[in-house]
Amino acid sequence: MHEWALAEAIITAVKQIVEKEKLRELREVTIKVGELQQVEKDILRFALSQLNLVAFKNAQFHIKKAKTTLKCRACGNTWLFNRNKLDEDTAEAIHFVPEVAHAYIRCPKCNSPDFEISEGRGVWIENIRGVR
Amino acid sequence: MDPRITVIDERLRRIGRIVAVSSGKGGVGKSLVATTLALALSRKGYNVGLFDLDFTSPSTHLIMGIKNVQLKEDKGIVPPVVKSLAYMSLVHFSGDRLAPLRGADISNALIELLAVTKWGKLDFLIIDMPPGISDAILDLVRLVKRIEFLIVTTPSLLAFETVKKQVRLLQDLKVPIIGIVENMKTNSAKTIKQGTEKLGAKFLTDVPYDLKVEEAIGDVKKLLETVFAQKISEIAASKIT
Repeated sequence: MHEWALAEAIITAVKQIVEKEKLRELREVTIKVGELQQVEKDILRFALSQLNLVAFKNAQFHIKKAKTTLKCRACGNTWLFNRNKLDEDTAEAIHFVPEVAHAYIRCPKCNSPDFEISEGRGVWIENIRGVR
Repeated sequence: MDPRITVIDERLRRIGRIVAVSSGKGGVGKSLVATTLALALSRKGYNVGLFDLDFTSPSTHLIMGIKNVQLKEDKGIVPPVVKSLAYMSLVHFSGDRLAPLRGADISNALIELLAVTKWGKLDFLIIDMPPGISDAILDLVRLVKRIEFLIVTTPSLLAFETVKKQVRLLQDLKVPIIGIVENMKTNSAKTIKQGTEKLGAKFLTDVPYDLKVEEAIGDVKKLLETVFAQKISEIAASKIT
């Protein structure tokens, strides 16, 4: 399960922030999950609960999905990533390494593979709340 | 905040030495040196990983004749073992399709693979770098603290001129350089050896231009029988282990 590796990264990062910010108690962590990586929220939530440190046991972990916006560098067209347009193998390849999208997706307007992932790429920590 | 960077040290913790095979210029035989070095170390009984970071023009899978490998997941991605090497390449995900990546995409893909690949315990991880002095080399130096570089050049002064810049960059960044390999040598000139010593780097060996190498592409057994492979095996024995 690839989500476990990401969950481990989230917990390590949260631990570092708590230490850096000298938080006595962690209350809330908001994690954003970009649609492009197609991370399974339930698996991520389960992995986080299993990896969670005792010190964070009272903290709430919120996982929010974020739409993925792609922007063509050739013609400027902007469009939303749609998982349903991909076959299983392609979706899985993008799930592991979202940049692989450049090998499979083209601009729907001009067919260029030169696009940027403007928003909603992978997993990131949006907000942390705690008590000093 | 991007959480992936925080877990990279842990993913690489059980690897003995991490060696990036690099060159300022393309076409100097860097991927062949990286692959052959990994295979030679493995033949000596070491546990070796090979990581193809040349995302836009990967070729280590072609050198080893690898097709259709199956990835395994175990709380991350476990590199498949092929030709006795733990092997990771973007071709596991993109196949033979073109993946046109810009600098920021290369950095992101590199961080992703470093964060989710479970190499486990290895004596050596050999990295085949993309040519040039750009995002990949700077990212790797930033993210992989124990990295060492082995640099490949040809006798051409055009190649060596860029290699000189790369050596100076790595020296400025205080990154260890194992030394320089002069590949595809067709004469007995000492220009590259002397130039290397002038830079304060170690000249590892010169490798004669070996026509048999091209015939051996896709066939590991044949490749390891070439004069080229013998020379690289000598480096593996005397300069790396």
